[in-house]
Amino acid sequence: MQDKQSLASDTGTIWDTAIIGSGPAGLTAGIYTTRGTLKTVIVGGSSWGGQLMLTSEVDNFPGFPEGIMGPTLMENMKAQAIRFGAKFIQENVTAVDFSKRPFVLTVHGSPITAHSVIIATGAETKWLGVPGEKELIGRGISSCAPCDAPFFKEKYVLVVGGGDSAMEEALVLTKYATKVTIIHRKGEFRASKVMQEKVFENPKIRILWDSEVIEIKGKIKIEEIIIKNLKTDETKTIKADGLFVAIGHNPSSSIFKGLIDLDEKGYVVPKIGSKTNVEGVFVSGDIHDHVYKQAVTAAGYGCMAAMDAINYISNFQ
Amino acid sequence: MAVNKVTDSNFDQEVLKNSLPVMVDFYADWCGPCKMAEPVLEELSESYKDKILVVKINVDENPQTAGKYGVMSIPTTILFKAENEIERQVGFGGKQKFEELIRKVVT
Repeated sequence: MQDKQSLASDTGTIWDTAIIGSGPAGLTAGIYTTRGTLKTVIVGGSSWGGQLMLTSEVDNFPGFPEGIMGPTLMENMKAQAIRFGAKFIQENVTAVDFSKRPFVLTVHGSPITAHSVIIATGAETKWLGVPGEKELIGRGISSCAPCDAPFFKEKYVLVVGGGDSAMEEALVLTKYATKVTIIHRKGEFRASKVMQEKVFENPKIRILWDSEVIEIKGKIKIEEIIIKNLKTDETKTIKADGLFVAIGHNPSSSIFKGLIDLDEKGYVVPKIGSKTNVEGVFVSGDIHDHVYKQAVTAAGYGCMAAMDAINYISNFQ
Repeated sequence: MAVNKVTDSNFDQEVLKNSLPVMVDFYADWCGPCKMAEPVLEELSESYKDKILVVKINVDENPQTAGKYGVMSIPTTILFKAENEIERQVGFGGKQKFEELIRKVVT
């Protein structure tokens, strides 16, 4: 943990690179920049580690033939970046100033200055945005099945979504719940074949196609969930104990608004490779990748951004 | 300083009947965000010692207490004072969210 005092002691330092974010993109970038002898600070966020911190077994990250727990993988990446000399700060960046050289990041009220910045802030859970949802998060509504599945022992749970994360949530939940229903807006999933097959083979899982949740009712816990069929417009009420939301993610780019090029959805738009429209500011991972969104692609993008930053700093000096 | 653990059997004594306000972290060993919260809670228990007590309760080993307070997501951190729940924080929102919670009882 970083206290105010030790942060303040760093305010005189001008870092070669400041990495914002600590998912696979940010931490891989940190491994490469430190090994490339850049003086590196990783401002990892108070909730560090990214989306993999909310997963269980990760079976598609190369090098772990038996799979690895998502949080363990992130602990390992962090330790690897620190091993080569990265300074890790577990705080959020609240503002950035790209109009000055060196660049200035505001962290816990203190400035951090750096000659280059790697943006690796990733993406955060997209909620449904329907009535009743906000009030019941933590009271039956969740976006983290590996965290919360055991609370739904012998209960009936709904999962909303159609991608790999929805499949994983549903499968994890079957270890505890008696019945799991996946609600999906379309008539087919976009999840990988292997995940879909696991879902179709599981006797505890049912699927409600072409449907969406329009309201969640309940006071101190979920009581009823109102579902609408998008083809027939009919609504029905389901009595369930839990609702897991896995409909995707929004890019975490609000602090960069107006400062670098973002597209209409908020993704950073890179110009060439990892370079943004601001010279010396690079981008990696899910904050700009709206296509692949994998741990391993994020790590790859982190490596690219680091190599571009190393190149930039060597020409700069 | 490590954060002390409480259990179903001593929850009344250690939390509800405590003369200090108590912040209780409901956690489990397999939960990623709970692990992130741990060092932050340790730090807060040190910086607010004498003002509040910070304890944690393992929801796997102590399902009764989690059930009683309707905890269905972890980490959930509930602040108690004089046997009553003052407020709760669902999920790990960093040190700032914990401090917002603590400021409900510490001025």
